[in-house]
Amino acid sequence: MTETKAEWPLYEVFVRPRRGLNHVHVGSLHASDDRMALLAARDLYTRRNEGVSLWVVRSDAITASTPDEQDPFFAPSGDKVYRHPTFYDIPEDVPHI
Amino acid sequence: MSAPQIAEQPLEGHFETVVAAEQRIEPRDWMPDAYRATLVRQIAQHAHSEIIGMQPEGNWLTRAPSLRRKAILLAKAQDEAGHGLYLYAAAETLGVDRAELTEKLISGRQKYSSIFNYPTLTFADVGVIGWLVDGAAICNQVPLCRCSYGPYARAMVRICKEESFHQRQGYELLMTLMRGTEAQRRMVQDAVDRWWWPSLMMFGPPDDDSPNTARSMAWRIKRHTNDELRQRFVDMTVPQAQHLGVTLPDPALNWNEERGSWDFGEPDWSELKQVIKGQGPCNTQRIERRRAAHEDGEWVREAAAAYAAKRRADGSSTDGHKGQGDAQGAGR
Repeated sequence: MTETKAEWPLYEVFVRPRRGLNHVHVGSLHASDDRMALLAARDLYTRRNEGVSLWVVRSDAITASTPDEQDPFFAPSGDKVYRHPTFYDIPEDVPHI
Repeated sequence: MSAPQIAEQPLEGHFETVVAAEQRIEPRDWMPDAYRATLVRQIAQHAHSEIIGMQPEGNWLTRAPSLRRKAILLAKAQDEAGHGLYLYAAAETLGVDRAELTEKLISGRQKYSSIFNYPTLTFADVGVIGWLVDGAAICNQVPLCRCSYGPYARAMVRICKEESFHQRQGYELLMTLMRGTEAQRRMVQDAVDRWWWPSLMMFGPPDDDSPNTARSMAWRIKRHTNDELRQRFVDMTVPQAQHLGVTLPDPALNWNEERGSWDFGEPDWSELKQVIKGQGPCNTQRIERRRAAHEDGEWVREAAAAYAAKRRADGSSTDGHKGQGDAQGAGR
């Protein structure tokens, strides 16, 4: 078979469900170029008004951290409890804080 | 030589812990080879079923009795294509390629649901497929929304939202026919007679003949056994049949007060085996149709790829709005 010679690249699709919300990753698709990816994303992921805005990006253009939750990459924030409001003791009778 | 085995011990432990805690496994996580292989097989088969599933009903697109029914049927066939694509995308996160899966389908190395090897003889079949076949699919698919593999579960959530329309349009179509002439009512009953048993077979072989169920349940891919889901489907469907005014073609169908469920007869499992082996009424036709569509589309795929390559060489953008992200461009 000759499939592979016409293989189209993979794109990741992000949809903004409505104004005021972030674009969220919804899945992926194959398309020959950016324009076709956008059209296919519309037909595939927004057939029932699921979005007001679409982003498509080539999957190979995404840089990602490693998947492991134990990844030392995230360690710098692990021991900084003082970044959270609950770290601070404030007397109960102090209002609005 | 035992180095990889030693290294896999904690990985396997971590995998088991995540699954047992009802958390999701995500694409780049370590997973046992057999878990990956089981998912690829199941998701690919599921995707193929959606794609092949367009054919039985597509058969009636040009002959739908009204513009309303035609628009509905077209929307449904588009949904099936969409479901197939969500599922191929989920399978691809496991390291397989869509083109490779398509090739396996049209060469008969991967299966699709046996139900789509039955012919759609009248327009009532369109209604019965929506009601029974999509009804059975919903029974199967709702628990898959909690499958341990994240991308599959998310695809199923999307699919289940859309399937409800499929089932309701089918039931509504049948209600319309049942309000019609005597001949139309006979047409509905005839379609129910032909589709009832194949629909029950959609849940797969009985539990004592389903060797992989236990492992899939331990991995939280499957949540219920085939027989549990089949029973659930029968219990859901009997009152709907009564309301519709059709008879389900099973003399053994009987309310069991003790179990609080309907007793029903045994499907002909030898028929299921034959259909799975490729000897159903339409197996050859379905695959040939899919192969022809794929091969006829080859020049389109090549032309689009050539166009994209040319535009790249010209240095021209092929889309409309670059840099419309929130950060206004790629610099951040």
